[in-house]
Amino acid sequence: MSLLDIDDRLLKLVELIDFDKSPIDDIKSFSGPVDIGLIEGGCSNEENVHVLQEFRKHCKILISIGDCATMGGIPAMRNNIPLKECLDEAYINGPSVHNPGGLTPNDPDIPLLLNKVFPVHEVVKIDYHLPGCPPPADAIWEALVALLTDKPVTLPYELLKYD
Amino acid sequence: MNKATKAAVTEICSQYGNDRGNMMDILRAVQERLGGIYGETIDIIAESVSAPRVEVESTASFYSFLSGKPTGEVVIRLCNDVIDKMYRVDRVAAAFSEELGIGFGETTADGKITLEWTPCIGMCDQAPAALVNDEVMTRLSTDHARDIVASLKSGREYYKLPHELGDGNNAHKLVHSMVVNHIRRPGAVIFADFQPGAGLANALGMTPVEVIRCMKIARLRGRGGAGFPTGLKWEFTHTADGERKFVICNADEGEPGTFKDRVILTERADLLFEGMTIAGYAVGSDAGVLYLRGEYTYLRRHLERILGERREAGLLGENVRGKKGFDFDIRIQMGAGAYICGEETALISSCEGLRGDPKNRPPFPAQKGFLGEPTVVNNVETLCCAARIMEKGAAWFSQFGTKGSAGTKLLSVCGDCDRPGVYEVNFGTKLSEVLEMAEAADPAAVQVSGPSGEMVAPGDFDRAISFDDLATGGSIMVFNSKRDLLGIVAEFMDFFIDESCGYCTPCRVGNVLLKERLDKIRSGQGCPEDLDYLQALGETVKTASRCGLGQTSPNPILTTLANFRQLYEALVKPATGELLATFDLESALSEAKAIAQHD
Amino acid sequence: MSKSITFTIDGVEVTAQAGQTILQAADAAGVYIPRLCAKTDLSPFGACRVCTVLADGRPQAACTQPVSEGMVVESEIPKVQQIRRDIIEMLFVEGNHYCMFCEKSGNCELQALAYRFGIVAPKYPYLFPQRELDASHPDIFIDRNRCILCGRCVRASKELDGKNVFQFVGRGPNKKVAVNAEAGLSDTDVAVIDEAIDACPVGAIIKKRTGYRVPIGQRKYDSKPIGSDIETK
Ligand SMILES: Cc1cc2nc3c(=O)[nH]c(=O)nc-3n(C[C@H](O)[C@H](O)[C@H](O)COP(=O)(O)O)c2cc1C
Ligand code: SF4
Ligand code: FES
Ligand code: FES
Repeated sequence: MSLLDIDDRLLKLVELIDFDKSPIDDIKSFSGPVDIGLIEGGCSNEENVHVLQEFRKHCKILISIGDCATMGGIPAMRNNIPLKECLDEAYINGPSVHNPGGLTPNDPDIPLLLNKVFPVHEVVKIDYHLPGCPPPADAIWEALVALLTDKPVTLPYELLKYD
Repeated sequence: MNKATKAAVTEICSQYGNDRGNMMDILRAVQERLGGIYGETIDIIAESVSAPRVEVESTASFYSFLSGKPTGEVVIRLCNDVIDKMYRVDRVAAAFSEELGIGFGETTADGKITLEWTPCIGMCDQAPAALVNDEVMTRLSTDHARDIVASLKSGREYYKLPHELGDGNNAHKLVHSMVVNHIRRPGAVIFADFQPGAGLANALGMTPVEVIRCMKIARLRGRGGAGFPTGLKWEFTHTADGERKFVICNADEGEPGTFKDRVILTERADLLFEGMTIAGYAVGSDAGVLYLRGEYTYLRRHLERILGERREAGLLGENVRGKKGFDFDIRIQMGAGAYICGEETALISSCEGLRGDPKNRPPFPAQKGFLGEPTVVNNVETLCCAARIMEKGAAWFSQFGTKGSAGTKLLSVCGDCDRPGVYEVNFGTKLSEVLEMAEAADPAAVQVSGPSGEMVAPGDFDRAISFDDLATGGSIMVFNSKRDLLGIVAEFMDFFIDESCGYCTPCRVGNVLLKERLDKIRSGQGCPEDLDYLQALGETVKTASRCGLGQTSPNPILTTLANFRQLYEALVKPATGELLATFDLESALSEAKAIAQHD
Repeated sequence: MSKSITFTIDGVEVTAQAGQTILQAADAAGVYIPRLCAKTDLSPFGACRVCTVLADGRPQAACTQPVSEGMVVESEIPKVQQIRRDIIEMLFVEGNHYCMFCEKSGNCELQALAYRFGIVAPKYPYLFPQRELDASHPDIFIDRNRCILCGRCVRASKELDGKNVFQFVGRGPNKKVAVNAEAGLSDTDVAVIDEAIDACPVGAIIKKRTGYRVPIGQRKYDSKPIGSDIETK
């Protein structure tokens, strides 16, 4: 979503590109091959894995955007706690939880969680990374423009941030 | 903690002069008495020796024979070295576990017996082996394991467990061990007959500078692994300024597959002490320290006896052998389970009562070593050679071996061969000749110089044992064509991960990362690029690590990548789908699937 | 006056005093060699290995290796840069570095080095270790998730504060920084004004209630890479 922070340049960008599958146009599946895929968020459940596979399958270039995608981010703080403990805390033992049944949700429609949250580049090949929480809008802009104009993607010092 | 326990700790500290320099002895004694070093015990030690608590904890937590939690009166440490695994230590382990009703790292409910794993205890030629406190049990079978447990349970003392006696001094009442020497091939330098005092007499007839010159003429180089010229090392120490100087003999012998120093200590301790005394004379030292690995505690009383005999014969003490002004004595410093303490500066740290972290160099030990004073550190075998050089002459010594590698070398051969044991061969002997002597029927790979050395392929079996070609501290492990070599590599990496001191980044983290990727490859989750990844990572660890451990720890991987590349290539495959080969969805979902099913 | 010595760093002649380390001499000459465990006023430690250089062709830690006459030091060459980069990445995957909420972010030397090297994501897998926190003290907390085992607190406490608040325990991957009391930091004689507290290059030792005071944009490494102060000398 920090893509939206590039503000009015979004309009310029729209002139250069078509959005295929994104929260901006709310299209849920790919309609064909795509040049650039942007990925936000870490990979924490089965469905995320499939989305990453889809992206890798359809996009020539994949860019991971933001600390969650590049290193797991806050959700990865669960990584050194066994999954069972996490779920019990979330659904049974947590101080604000009211769950008289004492069961964790077990609906087959709910995607299964992975043992830990993975940075996306540990799941599929990622071509470029834009870390930051969120990444500076300028970083996204510069990277996209560089790619669209066939220039090397390099972040100037001020735009490489992990926070 | 009750009063009696407190008093016991206080007493141990005062017995060692309440001196924090004696921390190793204090901690070992407390461990033996209380079965662990934690909580208030640390405070009492700290107070007694006037050290910060955290410093005591720092040392205690470093050594694997010192425990931060309670252990039983008897600790059974089963060796999990690759050789023991080849000799099916897993079955023995299962028998121990079953009989005791506990897993590894656990203590029986009555608090009596603890079961642990330990890396190579220097008994690879008689594997599987275990330490029961400081008793060594070799060639274990499941029946033995059951008998040992039954005896202990029936209240028998650990040092009275029934066993046969080994050969030579192993059968001496002060050793009383079932260990055998397996001296398969005695040579002229180490295992020839020896008259105590003969070499020393010649040395004392010369000036120290002349003794050093003899070492140079003999072209003696260190037998501990690095091959540094001994004469030069002694000369540096001789000329260095210091209030006092020290001679330390490195009997840590921790490199897996090495057990030749154990046999020297058993059968030629006199020769070794003579070498130390000569070194003391040459460098101007009055004090020698034998740093003996904790695993060899069973040899301690025997070594003390020989030291006593030498004192009585005037070969140690004041005015050694009547030489006015040359005083020299030797004490034994016990280690407590840390491979890194074989590295000479870590060894010095340990002698000083510190954690076994290597020290920054420069200054080198010859300039500032033990207690900041000039110190010679030499391997057991090196010092024996020195004694023999003084006895028989430099020219006599250098007639053996090659130009760059004079003398003989002790090899400890183990693994897939019919005659494992110790061989004293001339430098220049080909590996293939060694394999023949050891009756290795189907050698497919030979690990030369332990995990830190090189995995040699059959095409290179005609290489020669020498400093310029196949250098080795002594370890020769033979693997036949049925062995899973990459599994062995993985074991070696685990060894380095466990034994890294953790001081520097590349070794502390890099070895873990190397092992992670190796495991992926072994489980079929590797792609061809992973071989480059291993190569690059291995080189960084080698280049950037601070001491010899990290500088050699990637060798199991790097040398197999070079010499057995086909084994890796057979396992890796280019990723087919979108997912990276190293990402395994099934295992990533294992916990969630388990939970979903149970609920 | 100590003897003066001439040597070169990447071909540039540098004059130094005998007894100086490569790092000290380079600093004085306005040449920045990356480092983490080295800190002015603390004894050299040689742990992180980020300062690795080739001295007469041999890899050495610049912070512990003394200069010698005619020594040829190679620093900004690809092989050495790669090693440094690898080590920085190792430190990131070894711990749990959540920069997005870390009080030290923007002033963190590890982060700043990663920026300087242009690291966007480490090539090594994150290890996500389990580490302990110590918030027992009213004014200071230790978050070992962020500790890089540089030993700066250990040395500063000893050498500058005349105390022994910190020391390492355990070995290998289990090595960690411990404090001089079983119960935790609150039972030690540490004080919030101790040099040891400020010595931490990352966010592992933090003074409570001081986080996020400096606005983003004005923090130490927001606009200038680490080492700029040395290079502009
Ligand atoms: C990790 C490591 C372990 C070592 N272990 C031993 C050892 O067990 N015995 C030994 O003599 N040398 C060992 N060394 C070599 C010593 O540092 C040192 O070079 C040697 O004791 C010097 O003696 P020498 O010159 O007589 O060989 C080890 C080195 C390293 C880096
Ligand atoms: S290489 Fe580094 S971490 Fe490894 S044992 Fe040596 S000093 Fe310790
Ligand atoms: S700065 Fe030199 S090793 Fe850390
Ligand atoms: S930003 Fe580096 S430790 Fe927090």
